[in-house]
Amino acid sequence: MAVSSTQTDSISTGTNQNSHHIKNRSAYDDQVVKLFLIATVIWGFVGMLVGVLIALQLPFWPANMGEYLTFGRLRPLHTNAVIFAFAGNAIFAAIYYSTQRLCKTRMYNDLMSRIHFWGWQGIIVSAAITLPLGISTSKEYAELEWPIDIAITLVWVVFAFNFFGTLRVRREKHMYVALWFYIATIITVAVLHLGNSLAIPWAAMHSYPIYAGVQDAFIQWWYGHNAVAFFLTTPFLGLMYYFLPKAAERPVFSYRLSIVHFWSLVFIYIWAGPHHLNYTALPEWAVTLGMVFSVMLWMPSWGGMINGLFTLRGAWHKLRDSVVLKMFVIGITFYGMSTFEGPLLSIKSVNALSHYTDWTIGHVHSGALGWNGFMTFGMIYWLLPRLWKTKLWSNRLANAHFWIGTIGILVYVISMYTAGITQGLMWRAFNEAGRLLYPDFMETVIQIIPMYWARMIGGSMYLVGVVLMMINVYQTIKLAPKERKDPVIDLPAGSGALGTA
Amino acid sequence: MKRLIKVGGRHRKLEGWPLLFTILTTISVLIGGVVEFIPLVLVKGNVPTISSVKPWTPLELTGRDIYIREGCNNCHSQQIRPFRHELERYGEYSKPGETIYERPFLWGSKRTGPDLARVGGKYPHLWHVRHMEDPRSTSPQSIMPPYAWLLRKELNLSHLPAKMRVLNTMNVPYSAQEMENPVALAQSQAQEIANEVAAQGGPSNLADKEIIALVAYLQRLGTDLNATSAD
Repeated sequence: MAVSSTQTDSISTGTNQNSHHIKNRSAYDDQVVKLFLIATVIWGFVGMLVGVLIALQLPFWPANMGEYLTFGRLRPLHTNAVIFAFAGNAIFAAIYYSTQRLCKTRMYNDLMSRIHFWGWQGIIVSAAITLPLGISTSKEYAELEWPIDIAITLVWVVFAFNFFGTLRVRREKHMYVALWFYIATIITVAVLHLGNSLAIPWAAMHSYPIYAGVQDAFIQWWYGHNAVAFFLTTPFLGLMYYFLPKAAERPVFSYRLSIVHFWSLVFIYIWAGPHHLNYTALPEWAVTLGMVFSVMLWMPSWGGMINGLFTLRGAWHKLRDSVVLKMFVIGITFYGMSTFEGPLLSIKSVNALSHYTDWTIGHVHSGALGWNGFMTFGMIYWLLPRLWKTKLWSNRLANAHFWIGTIGILVYVISMYTAGITQGLMWRAFNEAGRLLYPDFMETVIQIIPMYWARMIGGSMYLVGVVLMMINVYQTIKLAPKERKDPVIDLPAGSGALGTA
Repeated sequence: MKRLIKVGGRHRKLEGWPLLFTILTTISVLIGGVVEFIPLVLVKGNVPTISSVKPWTPLELTGRDIYIREGCNNCHSQQIRPFRHELERYGEYSKPGETIYERPFLWGSKRTGPDLARVGGKYPHLWHVRHMEDPRSTSPQSIMPPYAWLLRKELNLSHLPAKMRVLNTMNVPYSAQEMENPVALAQSQAQEIANEVAAQGGPSNLADKEIIALVAYLQRLGTDLNATSAD
């Protein structure tokens, strides 16, 4: 049974309340959404540009330019920029836009919104400076050192306060499913960040973790896996639940499915971390537990995909004219593929082949480029004309972005699957005498260098798509009317309780 | 179940109570981590200790931090899996007890280059020096970038006392001598290694350079397992 999610999203330009709109909370704060959106576009470009550079450094070592720009220092910069700067700003744009509409109120506190925005950009800049300097904890996606970790904690607390404050002053009784996913995101990211970052400093920018060896490995991948879960999955599902029905002008497929898959997803995901440590010194029972829960995770993940794709039932013809819907469909499809691939890779016998190879790299990019990237692009193209109250500058350019990005992902992931499986098989190959067929590691590297070049081409195509989007964003904003008014909240008749906050 | 999830059912009520909703979500996400982590810490048998495994020397610790600074772990794992082909290629598989002084752990997740868990003693010191200066001088087709600055940059030992104190607080069993004068110990080990590098036909001025600390660290990797207890 479906429940309508499409609420009236009036962006009426009525002027009668504008003079008091901040005080009496009768208008949405869209300025902060615009800031997050622009930051998403800029950091997306930077993060992916670094990605293309490190993709070049693998087949062509002279691209490692001196001490500060080696692969070893830039790879964490790339992952942090794409996850926390690109995807991070994107989910904040989504959360600030949709939470206000779903709660029919302005964000709880404008100053907190600004502290969140500028604080987060400051953290990104400090990451971009410290990582090339070699200031790193070495823990994947948690490389930033303790002073920056503290800054992240403080900004996150401000964000949480602002978000839960907004829930408190909401004018809609029931929280829509997107908000459930935002709640899970905010709580869990806080727990993960605190848990994994516990360390004792030995210098202004250096520390040793309180965990050692096996325990440190466990905590790291409890964090690492659930950063994927609660920074790159749950907020994007929230984004999907809000923006997809809007763009398709259809209610969400199933309310019941959304309940079942939400609770099972947040419960099961957290157990799956140890699959990153198959066959390592982590005890067997923990690894097996991680594997079993990873396989179980397939179902709630596909619950999300099904709820997304089936929302388009009866609306598939709209894809022809809507670049937004096309991007959402590609995004959700890649979500489905990578959440099938994830459980597959967690199975020990498959992992024995795939682990330590480029198969993993292909897997995460099908998620990051396909799911996170395309959901973000779809949201941006949907938001642009609405936030800046104009038309999208070029629909053709957006379509070009869609195609070059899609082909780019395919080139990327296929080359990485090929490289990963090839090298994995070569590592384990024995000759008839029972000796390693390729005892020299180098042989297995030389074999996949063409795939590294192919990957760089795929990644570059994806980056070109982002450049096309940047042009479109810039030109669309130029078309915008000069007057900047926050849209007045269109309240249902009878709910006159303005300013109850 | 039906009452719970039907439209207008109990879940619908829950959607009107953000505080309760948040508490239930928090409990849901905490369970898995707690159930997995608590036994890992409390049950000693999960990480059987190996008596020959000793803490890093002050110089090796410094080298390890250089390894982290350069992000070596982005391309080299330090974890040998219990497969025949890995034992053939890299040596004995990695044991939990070998990692008890690893802060942070450096097992890695990608082998763009070979695993280094047992690289210690595999090559002479000079090989490592040459390999860092120009990887293609020792491995002609290598795709590894050169780290020539390690041969030029002065070794900074000033943080050693602070590092040792932090590790000591976390129960790393350093001796009184190591705690009192880690810098002198590091310098004497560095001199020893630098002398061997020179004796092998390498440059003779490396005793106070970063490369020596890195070599000290790499040469220790994986060797404790078979070390005699007299060490």
